[in-house]
Amino acid sequence: MRPLALSHFTATSAIGRGLEATLAALRAGRGALAPCAFETVALETWIGEVPQVDAIRLPAPLARFDCRNNRLAQLALAQDGFIAAVEACAARYGPRRIGVFLGTSTSGTLQTELAYRRRGPDGALPEDFVYAGTHNPFSLGDFVRRSLALEGPAAVVSTACSSSAKVFGSAARLIEAGVIDAAVVGGVDSLCLTTLYGFHALQLVARDPCRPFDVARDGISIGEAAAFALLEPLASDAPPGTVRLTGVGESSDAYHMSSPHPDGLGARAAMLGALAEAGRRPEDIDYINLHGTGTPSNDAAEARAVASLFGTRVPVSSTKGATGHTLGAAGALEAVISALALRHALAPAGINTTTPDPALAVDYLTDNRAQELACVLSNSFGFGGSNCSLLLERSRG
Amino acid sequence: MAESAPSRLKAYVRAIGVLGPGLRDWPSAVAVLAGREPYTPAPTEAPPPVTLPPAERRRVGATVRLALSAAQQALAATDLDVAQLATVFAASGGDGAICHEFCATLASSDRQISPTRFHNSVHNAASGYWSIAMRSTAPSTALSAYDGSFAAGLLEALAQLTVRTAPVLLVSYDSAYPEPLHAKRPIAAAFACALLLAPRPETGTCARIEAALVQAPGDTLEDEPLESLRRGVPAARGLPLLRQLARGERGRVVIDYLPGLQLALEVVP
Repeated sequence: MRPLALSHFTATSAIGRGLEATLAALRAGRGALAPCAFETVALETWIGEVPQVDAIRLPAPLARFDCRNNRLAQLALAQDGFIAAVEACAARYGPRRIGVFLGTSTSGTLQTELAYRRRGPDGALPEDFVYAGTHNPFSLGDFVRRSLALEGPAAVVSTACSSSAKVFGSAARLIEAGVIDAAVVGGVDSLCLTTLYGFHALQLVARDPCRPFDVARDGISIGEAAAFALLEPLASDAPPGTVRLTGVGESSDAYHMSSPHPDGLGARAAMLGALAEAGRRPEDIDYINLHGTGTPSNDAAEARAVASLFGTRVPVSSTKGATGHTLGAAGALEAVISALALRHALAPAGINTTTPDPALAVDYLTDNRAQELACVLSNSFGFGGSNCSLLLERSRG
Repeated sequence: MAESAPSRLKAYVRAIGVLGPGLRDWPSAVAVLAGREPYTPAPTEAPPPVTLPPAERRRVGATVRLALSAAQQALAATDLDVAQLATVFAASGGDGAICHEFCATLASSDRQISPTRFHNSVHNAASGYWSIAMRSTAPSTALSAYDGSFAAGLLEALAQLTVRTAPVLLVSYDSAYPEPLHAKRPIAAAFACALLLAPRPETGTCARIEAALVQAPGDTLEDEPLESLRRGVPAARGLPLLRQLARGERGRVVIDYLPGLQLALEVVP
């Protein structure tokens, strides 16, 4: 693929609003998981909740989009001058030439869960419940497209936990095909009862803060996040150190709906796909931001895939110990974390993990490592065996 | 602020699958859409997906059955290596019955939800079951653009085909929500269609299509029951294209995508 610039990006998760707070938390090895006190949820688990999402108000013309997911989207869009960067991009290319491709797993489902508690005597949902603006997956895409006054093509990818990694591929292909000149990509997923109780039912939720790749790992901690990037062709006068997307690898496990292929064959194929698109070899990779959810089987499968391609040569970590597993937003959040890693020469530690599982034959970072990074892989794998690996690069020096 | 000329995406339609109210397969749909037979709506009947292992077959919901049926129709007469075939699944929403069940359970005092139903609730359930059934390790995506989901799926499929120079199977499908969600999102019926798209013409190719984003009114259908279907189900927004393909005539169709943005398709048999 033709490399694209991540000319602007931002992320908001439990560890911070915007890039500065996110980087500071990564540098300090500071996580943000806390015992679950979300809504009326009565589960013994830890979550990565973004503070004060409820205080966000949407602009009046977009009131029909009001739900936790779109409030979180709005909060994140307001950081790091992202809106101004999109406006400048729209002035360059025209709003019809900029696409919006976002990922989510549950969109505004919380709004529907709450509306069901207010059903009338006839069973009807309350008058104020707006399906299209909240529950539907495209609610997120529609809201962001309108918020940014963009008029190009748009779609929301919803492939569980790979959703907002795969949107980088969708946008890159439309740019390569000449249908659009640039795209806003990203992901937003917010806490709701369906995922908290659903992952609990699957016995995939940790009681304590999740410990990816630890010998005693016992499940995920659910989080929420919103992350966005502006993708556009690399300008000849792009500033040195511009982060580039050079490869997107996608595959399907064809194995099971909620368990990964035990040997990580799908994960391996996704990483190989990203390397092939970028024209890179495994030895070019300097750091891998793992999917690393913290469940015994997910981490074992991913470790086998990583070890088969990279051995123990490449430092790897999962940042989900800090942010929680932000599900449909994880791909975009971790792409932004990978971009920060490239920009600031920091391979971030996987926090909470004290004893990396010796059965997982990878170089798992339990401490931050300051080192120049030129090529970083970011892995995202989801239910349905949906795998996506992104390759991000930054020119050295 | 110069706007460059719209790019065209080109593909060859190799096979089509359709399943909807009164439309049991593509040959029966051709007769109706070409005007040779009257359209008589009847409840959509999706057969069980025989290609799935028995354990999975028992677990899949009606929406997944619908999608897989249309997909299998489109592939029935091809010799493609399905394991290597990329797929795009486009639907406005996920499985409505599961969504209702979860929301009702989570609003009650006992919040236990079924683990199997939980993993079936994801928007990419059909995509996941398809890859398991077909042992397909090829990339597969699942997306939504609300009422414009068919056009969004077609655009994604055409972009994949253009960049990777390989065939892509598009499956667009939607089924009705139960009440009380139905009152808020009245999807009229279960409808699915599948288009097997290829970068080159081959034996059995039925038409070439060229797509471009435009600002133009979307086509409607003269036949009132068919037009109700088009308006009533997001996946059926593709009916003007299917009608053109059924007639086997050269022409241009415009299908609804987003407010102020449509997808125009030149169809050349």
